[in-house]
Amino acid sequence: MNGMVWALLGAALAVVLAGCGSAYGVGVAGQAASGVVTEDPSKFAKVLIIQLLPGTQGIYGLLVAFITLSKIGLLGGAAAELSMTTGLLICAACLPIGIVGLISAIHQGKTAVAAIGVVAKKPDQFGKAMLFPAMVETYAILSLLMSILAVNAINV
Amino acid sequence: MSVLQMQRFSICAMKKDRKAILEELQTIGILEVDTSVIESQDLQKMDTLPQRQLFERTAAQADQALEVLNQYEPEKTSMLSSLEGKALVDKDAYQKMVDNKDTLLQSANEIMALSKEIAESSAAIIRLETQIETLAPWLNLDVPISYSGTKRTAVIIGSIGKTAALEEIYSEIAFHAGEVEAMDIQIISESSNQTCIAATCLREDAQALEDALRTMSFSRPAQTSSLAPAVQKSKLEQEIAAFQSIIVETEGKIRAKASDREELKWFSDYYRVRAQKYDVLGTIPQSKRTFLISGYVPERVSAGLEKLMAEKYDLVVDIEEIPEEEEIPILLRNGKFAGAVEGVLESYGLPTRHEFDPSRIMSVFYIFFFGLMLSDAGYGLLMAVVCGILVKKYPRMTEGTAKMLRLFMCCGISTVFWGVLFGGYFGDAIQIVASVFFKTEVTIPPLWFAPLDDPMRLLIYSMLFGLIHLFVGLGIKGFMCMKDKQYLDFFCDVVLWFAFLIGLVMILLPSSMFRSMSQMDISFSPALNTLAKVLALGGMIGLLLMSGRSSKNPVLRIALGAYDLYNVTGWLSDVLSYSRLLALGLATGVIASVMNQMGSMMGSGIFGAIVFILVFVIGHLFNMGINILGAYVHTNRLQYVEFFGKFYEGGGKKFTPFKAMTNYVEVKEEK
Repeated sequence: MNGMVWALLGAALAVVLAGCGSAYGVGVAGQAASGVVTEDPSKFAKVLIIQLLPGTQGIYGLLVAFITLSKIGLLGGAAAELSMTTGLLICAACLPIGIVGLISAIHQGKTAVAAIGVVAKKPDQFGKAMLFPAMVETYAILSLLMSILAVNAINV
Repeated sequence: MSVLQMQRFSICAMKKDRKAILEELQTIGILEVDTSVIESQDLQKMDTLPQRQLFERTAAQADQALEVLNQYEPEKTSMLSSLEGKALVDKDAYQKMVDNKDTLLQSANEIMALSKEIAESSAAIIRLETQIETLAPWLNLDVPISYSGTKRTAVIIGSIGKTAALEEIYSEIAFHAGEVEAMDIQIISESSNQTCIAATCLREDAQALEDALRTMSFSRPAQTSSLAPAVQKSKLEQEIAAFQSIIVETEGKIRAKASDREELKWFSDYYRVRAQKYDVLGTIPQSKRTFLISGYVPERVSAGLEKLMAEKYDLVVDIEEIPEEEEIPILLRNGKFAGAVEGVLESYGLPTRHEFDPSRIMSVFYIFFFGLMLSDAGYGLLMAVVCGILVKKYPRMTEGTAKMLRLFMCCGISTVFWGVLFGGYFGDAIQIVASVFFKTEVTIPPLWFAPLDDPMRLLIYSMLFGLIHLFVGLGIKGFMCMKDKQYLDFFCDVVLWFAFLIGLVMILLPSSMFRSMSQMDISFSPALNTLAKVLALGGMIGLLLMSGRSSKNPVLRIALGAYDLYNVTGWLSDVLSYSRLLALGLATGVIASVMNQMGSMMGSGIFGAIVFILVFVIGHLFNMGINILGAYVHTNRLQYVEFFGKFYEGGGKKFTPFKAMTNYVEVKEEK
């Protein structure tokens, strides 16, 4: 098997896993947000911001996939010749954001639901409510960083 | 700068001036009423609850009428109308409205009555429509449903609760009532769950026939109209039409009332303000001839307020300092620049009286970090320009919105700065456009370096910025300890930590681990190396011995010290947390490049250019939105969790002066 397959698998995993997590997170948060808006439409902007918070993992996944694709030359130019080892290395480098993205987005979604509950009852506590989902995101950011640094460091 | 000092401002005045003085104070809006400190059995408080409720109800009535007006004659508002702020009303016009408030109340009530009429008519229409529906199976019947027959013959009209063919009915009747011979059965209509029939027979057979039919679950219909169903239907339809025209007419009447809309808004605000005044009136102690009012006033205006009040009325003003241990309501005063972050600070919690107001220092870091996270000159410019225009164009927007927009404008400028340093102008838009459409290679060198080419370098810098931010936080804690003259705390909690941490950093920098990570070769002279070790070791021993100083037990004291030393892991995670500066910065740049790449996929023709423009606009708006949100949330987090964690508690109560809080308009004051 060509190393390219592994590299592409890694990029796909980053997008797929993190994207699934974000879809779930934004989905549950959206349900809670809709509930709040039926009661009080004026809170729309606030709950929308909180709903969007778990969406970032999907973007981080896309980011890593994009860096990977441009690294292995699939975006314009000639595709690089990858050895099996290099392919596996790239795949491994993509895993942090994929896996952590998936799980952190799910949990961030649940936290966002709770934060939307805070905004529904105490709209003036928006700043604090927003912080709770943002805490979860820290770990997605750390794994994103690792994925970027690792993909960048691999010599193709 | 910082938290404004308050003074207790008390007025004792004649009761005859009560209304005027209260209104004056409400208009000035600089006194937070707090009469809880006045104690006296001789003074009484007025029960203003009934009036207040009446005023609130009246304001609510006007609000409801406005809502009805908006439903039938929507007000034209632009998307940005929420930025316009409250409309200014001329004092004379407002007074005219107050003079004719009874007519306005009547008008509000009329609108409500009209809206009720519409609701009732709609309900009637629904009722009639259900009636028409129940008539539907009987439409083929040409006699009234309640028709019972002629002198000799009886007509039995009703329905059988199932689908039944004519033969089936005849055979069933023959079985149960064989003696009835002369009869005629007509099926009026058939559906899946009922068959409507009309049976004719001689009067004397009627009972037997009906009994026979009842074995087939026959029942008579509920309608008892004396009209044939078709006639009945058209009559009902006429009634519906009549109600519909009533609705149209009533809606017209409501629309005609739209001319009262503006005045109704003022009217609602007038009663709202009066309710607020009565709320305060209910809390102030009064004697037979005089009344007392007391509250907090910022020190810098108290003398002016005293002069103003003493000139106009006969009263005694007493201004006192507030005892150190008493909490005061918090009003911050910062310049336009630092004031912009007050909203961010407020959503965490205002400082208490004795705390340091971090706005000024925070605003610098806030703007710095925000720009670093967004780091695209194009986005920053757009943000700064849009916010700048909005601030200029809508000078009457609420204070909170204005602060927010000013903050984002500053953040936008900082974003431009970082974008230029990192070479991001809508990602790599310029390079892509040049190479796809003009077939030339353009390179825009970043002023500093491109983060994607050397992420480790930016990571190190992010952590350096983080360390500075955290050290400033610890420094503020030290400053506060010094101010409170707690020199021992200052030394143990601040100086020792500084020594320990700086020592550790200085040991780390020349190490081979750091060199391999950062590719930077830092070597200190032996003296510095020794100094590092001394600082780290001294700090560590100091912390071990001193952190548990509140405990008398020496073993426990050392244990507490060791536990406090363990906090160094907290410092490590705090510093690592600043790696988000790099991650979010990279995210903006890379996704912007993805958008540009996607746009350029259609090649260079006219069609390609159109696709590029579309993808460019939509894609970059999306990327900008999501990244501004990210930068905002994470800048807040760095301030709240990492920075405030070092020194700030918050929990101050906001200064809420007694003033006219309106929903719709503000009355222009004569200058």
